[in-house]
Amino acid sequence: MIAVRTARRRVVVTLLCLVVAVGLGLVGITAGSSSLTVADVARTLLGGGTAGQQLIVFDLRLPRVAAGLLVGIALGLAGALTQTFARNPLATPDIIGVTSGASFGAVAAIVLAGGSYSVGAGLLALGLPAAAVLGALLASAVVYGLSWRGGVDSYRLILIGIGATAVLTGITTYLIARAQITDAAAAAQWLVGSLSGVSWASVWPVLVAVLVITPIALAQSRDLEVSQLGDEMSTALGVTVQRHRLLIIVCAVVLTAAAVSASGPIEFVAFVAPQIARRLAKTARPPLLASGLVGAVIVVGGDALTRSILPGEVPVGIITTIVGAPYLIWLLTRRKQRENLA
Amino acid sequence: MVFVSLLLGSNPISPAAVFEGLAHPDRDVGSVVWGSRVPRTVLGLLVGFCLGVAGAVMQGQTRNPLADPGILGVSAGASLAVVVGVYVLGTSSMFTTLWLALGGAAVASIVVFSVAALGRGLSSPVPLAIAGTAVSALLVAFTSYLVLSDETTLAAYRIWVVGSLSGRTLSGVDAALLFAGAGIVFAIANTRSLNALALGTELASGLGVNLLRARLVGLAAITLLTASAVAITGPIGFVGLTAPHVARAAIGGDHRWLLPASGLIGSCVLLVCDVVGRLIGGNAEVPVGVVLTVLGGVVFIAIVRRTRMAAL
Repeated sequence: MIAVRTARRRVVVTLLCLVVAVGLGLVGITAGSSSLTVADVARTLLGGGTAGQQLIVFDLRLPRVAAGLLVGIALGLAGALTQTFARNPLATPDIIGVTSGASFGAVAAIVLAGGSYSVGAGLLALGLPAAAVLGALLASAVVYGLSWRGGVDSYRLILIGIGATAVLTGITTYLIARAQITDAAAAAQWLVGSLSGVSWASVWPVLVAVLVITPIALAQSRDLEVSQLGDEMSTALGVTVQRHRLLIIVCAVVLTAAAVSASGPIEFVAFVAPQIARRLAKTARPPLLASGLVGAVIVVGGDALTRSILPGEVPVGIITTIVGAPYLIWLLTRRKQRENLA
Repeated sequence: MVFVSLLLGSNPISPAAVFEGLAHPDRDVGSVVWGSRVPRTVLGLLVGFCLGVAGAVMQGQTRNPLADPGILGVSAGASLAVVVGVYVLGTSSMFTTLWLALGGAAVASIVVFSVAALGRGLSSPVPLAIAGTAVSALLVAFTSYLVLSDETTLAAYRIWVVGSLSGRTLSGVDAALLFAGAGIVFAIANTRSLNALALGTELASGLGVNLLRARLVGLAAITLLTASAVAITGPIGFVGLTAPHVARAAIGGDHRWLLPASGLIGSCVLLVCDVVGRLIGGNAEVPVGVVLTVLGGVVFIAIVRRTRMAAL
């Protein structure tokens, strides 16, 4: 009975998040420096509207909103995977070094290949994501390998991730300091995580990653559930623990890298989204799909907020950090009471 | 190390020429030696010493092997304050920078320590490190916002933030020296309490240590030392982490010896990394902050790997 109720609640929450995300996306299309009404947008999307409106909607706003949705889904899902896998809400891609690995790869590509604004669509579509995935894979392989001492302890994983993040951030900062000032401004803008300047070329890689990885991750859902019981128990219940782990990590890494390559590292989404989804759905571990959709709501909502309300264009990554970091701090101060958390 | 730092650089100068330059400041060689190598070496010694002592006090106060001004967000606080200074006041003179860095460092360290203390206590590394990471992230977000909205601030900031000894002159250092001196006095005043604290807070108060006063003195030392170092070179991480570990391995845990030893080792570490950066970069030298972050991150990981998780 309880199981049925939880399952139903999870479905309801997932659908609700989907509706909110798409709704916010539509609002996001209307918001911006040249204002359109909802009716304008609807008419343009259905094929009507003036040429100017079509340009704004299809070439400027739509890719931005699509990128926001996809990046949010990728980050939320990746966070849910790593948090579940490490059985620790602090083990997010941001903290265990995946994000900084991806950033390092991408910044290296930007700086070595010339300014990010002058690079062609070919590099944006292929080179940047490839460099980000490569950097993220290398970083996570190193972090995971170093944390291995007859099994991976989640605290050691987190601390080594913090160390690796410091190293990678140092090198990235150096690359920026050596670049031309225009490249540096572009890279600095990119590093805080922003959706401005997103075009269709940078949407496709994330779309492909999300479409390919999500089914794989969902297929692992049962094994994830079982692995919460600990390694010995899951082996006894027929889970091939090592292969399952590797698959989960690779999924999380590819999703993170795809998101980072499109928008830069939008921090704390991967940390916050699964926790919100878990509380909404009242489940023991972050629900995968709902986490992704909550991530989408956060990113698209934050981006719409930066464009409509705040003066100037604040990158969405700054908003997510200003919201997410205090939440993390709050979680830490509550640690005494709830030892299993954090 | 002082000699090595004077001898090596992107312009190779023979040892004999260096001594000649030292003796005759008016010649060409002399101007290279006095104009750039000497100030650089002196600053390196000073900053390394400050950070080493700050790290030792921090690790002693928290009884936490991973405490470091860089990891715990103290440097990020100082950076934000300095950027605000450049952005609002338009100045980057040593004197204002110092005061701003001091304020920022103080606020950040108080926040991080209280967050960790409210949680599971200062001595468990994971909460402390995460609290530092979270506070840093928040501060960096504000810093990025300011930097992105103003290109002149960015130009000043991106050079400063990597932490470098190059291009830093001795002008205005007297103010920093004053702050550093005050910090060292606080640190010395703190040594007895640190030795007692090593036995645990309960035993320490049993031994007659006023806990609140000990904490405040320690905090003052950490803040003053970190702020003066950050004001001179920009944030340089991991000296404060590495130096006390080396010192402890060499001479043991008595803080009366540990503090000066950490300071001196900090100076050595900084100078070595500066020289390495000068040599591996060729014409465009690698800033010492980058060399240190890379080496220090590796040390950090090594410490985590060596420590048994039960002990953490």
